[in-house]
Amino acid sequence: MWALSEAGTGDLNSRVVIVGAGHAGGSAAAFLRQYGHVGPIVLIGDEPLLPYQRPPLSKAWLKGEADAESLQLKPDSWYEEAGVSLRLGGTVVSLNRGAKTVTLSSGEHLPYDYLILATGARARALPIPGADLAGVLALRSAADAEALKGALGPGKRLAVVGGGYVGLEAAASARALGGHVTIIEREPRVLARVACETLSNFFQDYHGARGVTFELNAGVAGFEGAEGHVTGVKLSDGQVVACDAALVGVGAIPNEELARDAGLDCTNGVVVDIEARTADPFVFAIGDVTHRPLPLYDRQFRLESVPNALEQAKQAAAAIAGRPMPPHEIPWFWSDQYDLKLQIAGLPFDADRQVVRGDVAAAKFAVFHLKGDLVQAVEAVNAPPEFMAGKQLIAKRTPVSIEKLANPTISMKEVAA
Amino acid sequence: MAKITYIEHDGTDHVIDVKPGLTVMEGAVKNNVPGIDADCGGACACATCHVYVDDAWLPKTGDKSAMEESMLDFAENVEPNSRLSCQIKVSDALDGLVVRLPESQH
Ligand SMILES: Cc1cc2nc3c(=O)[nH]c(=O)nc-3n(C[C@H](O)[C@H](O)[C@H](O)COP(=O)(O)OP(=O)(O)OC[C@H]3O[C@@H](n4cnc5c(N)ncnc54)[C@H](O)[C@@H]3O)c2cc1C
Ligand code: FES
Repeated sequence: MWALSEAGTGDLNSRVVIVGAGHAGGSAAAFLRQYGHVGPIVLIGDEPLLPYQRPPLSKAWLKGEADAESLQLKPDSWYEEAGVSLRLGGTVVSLNRGAKTVTLSSGEHLPYDYLILATGARARALPIPGADLAGVLALRSAADAEALKGALGPGKRLAVVGGGYVGLEAAASARALGGHVTIIEREPRVLARVACETLSNFFQDYHGARGVTFELNAGVAGFEGAEGHVTGVKLSDGQVVACDAALVGVGAIPNEELARDAGLDCTNGVVVDIEARTADPFVFAIGDVTHRPLPLYDRQFRLESVPNALEQAKQAAAAIAGRPMPPHEIPWFWSDQYDLKLQIAGLPFDADRQVVRGDVAAAKFAVFHLKGDLVQAVEAVNAPPEFMAGKQLIAKRTPVSIEKLANPTISMKEVAA
Repeated sequence: MAKITYIEHDGTDHVIDVKPGLTVMEGAVKNNVPGIDADCGGACACATCHVYVDDAWLPKTGDKSAMEESMLDFAENVEPNSRLSCQIKVSDALDGLVVRLPESQH
């Protein structure tokens, strides 16, 4: 399955410990083997499952269109074949950088030559009365998704607190299963932190036309319950949204405690360089837990996406295996809701104007964010050419004609030429 | 099982038995074949699962959806026999399929 590399850069025999067996950690193990690393790899994860993909948990899997096996990154047999030792159900409680060991909750110490922190992020909880009632749910893990799925179905009422991507996707899936959904959002619009107003309004209308109800500008005061189970969400104005289950989707917090306690720099995530290395040359961090450089935008940022997890997994694996760094990628993201495919490339940092291309009412359009005549980001709904060409324009930093960009009868090939 | 041969750009080949029902992309990713990244896990949103299908097999792999067509239109190194491997479902009829991988997916 994996062969000895001829390059023999020295570190191919190193002992690598990966903390967190999620999308980033699981992928790092796979890339290390692809890159010719032959030393021991230990993959430690506190979930009882092999590394799996989370995106379907709010989409295809939630609707019953994908099974658990298809979510797994690699089949059970791969780990043994590839010589990756698994420590599932194991929690790392501390990191000793001097001794180069990590300690499990059992007290066991594991030595490493290189450590990869891939601990991800956890769902932010609401510190309000009733948050511990049964039926108040989060959506981060397969176990969370299992609980949510059990609460969905014909006639079941779901209250979603927080109108972010996870909340909107879960709402669309709940509607597909015949349930009633109310989305409660503190801001005046959904996706307020992650999308432009045109997109927010579009998604709100699209969900509204498919039977989803919205409570906007609405604070949540607490959850009401009977016999230990949630029965409603109490808003700050006293109104109660009755429900059979409440999904709290109000963002994620990076699991950075291990790194912070070990003296590594953390600011909303473990600070890493463009090779996913922390200030300690033997410690890497990858995925949702990192605060990473975005060379294109000249800043550090924390991303929560699979492409980011994969890019950094490649960086850490390449650095350890002594391979050339993979090319930098443009941050990107996708979301599926109903028959909509949303694809976003880049981030709208420093943008000073927006250009809408296509027909918003026909659910086929893209919003370009420009700084002068340079594309910084594109949000594309059912518009793959705009997404693909936009991503290339962001990478190449080629100026575009705003007039052409705004004219959908001129092809994206010509706009990007 | 369908036997599928994945040939990396440098000529290294991987012959893999893939369970019908999976996609050609899943057959590669689950066996750690280098060169198919599949960032989006098969959502037809990334075009990092691009392959060239050997001509003899093209008719058997089915038609491209409009979505796949327009993603491929903007991918790098596209040829007439380019496909997104997450959009090809494996069946017994694809036993013996040969696909080649492009130089890069990005
Ligand atoms: C419902 C949902 C939908 C999503 N949809 C999309 C999407 O459409 N597109 C997209 O690009 N991204 C999406 N994402 C985000 C994407 O899944 C994440 O960016 C990705 O999983 C990050 O990978 P990671 O390995 O950094 O973190 P994770 O996958 O969260 O893995 C971290 C793992 O480490 C474990 N861990 C933490 N601390 C310890 C410890 N001390 N010891 C041992 N183990 C530990 C955690 O339990 C977890 O298993 C979605 C996420 C969710 C939850
Ligand atoms: S895996 Fe993303 S398009 Fe095929």
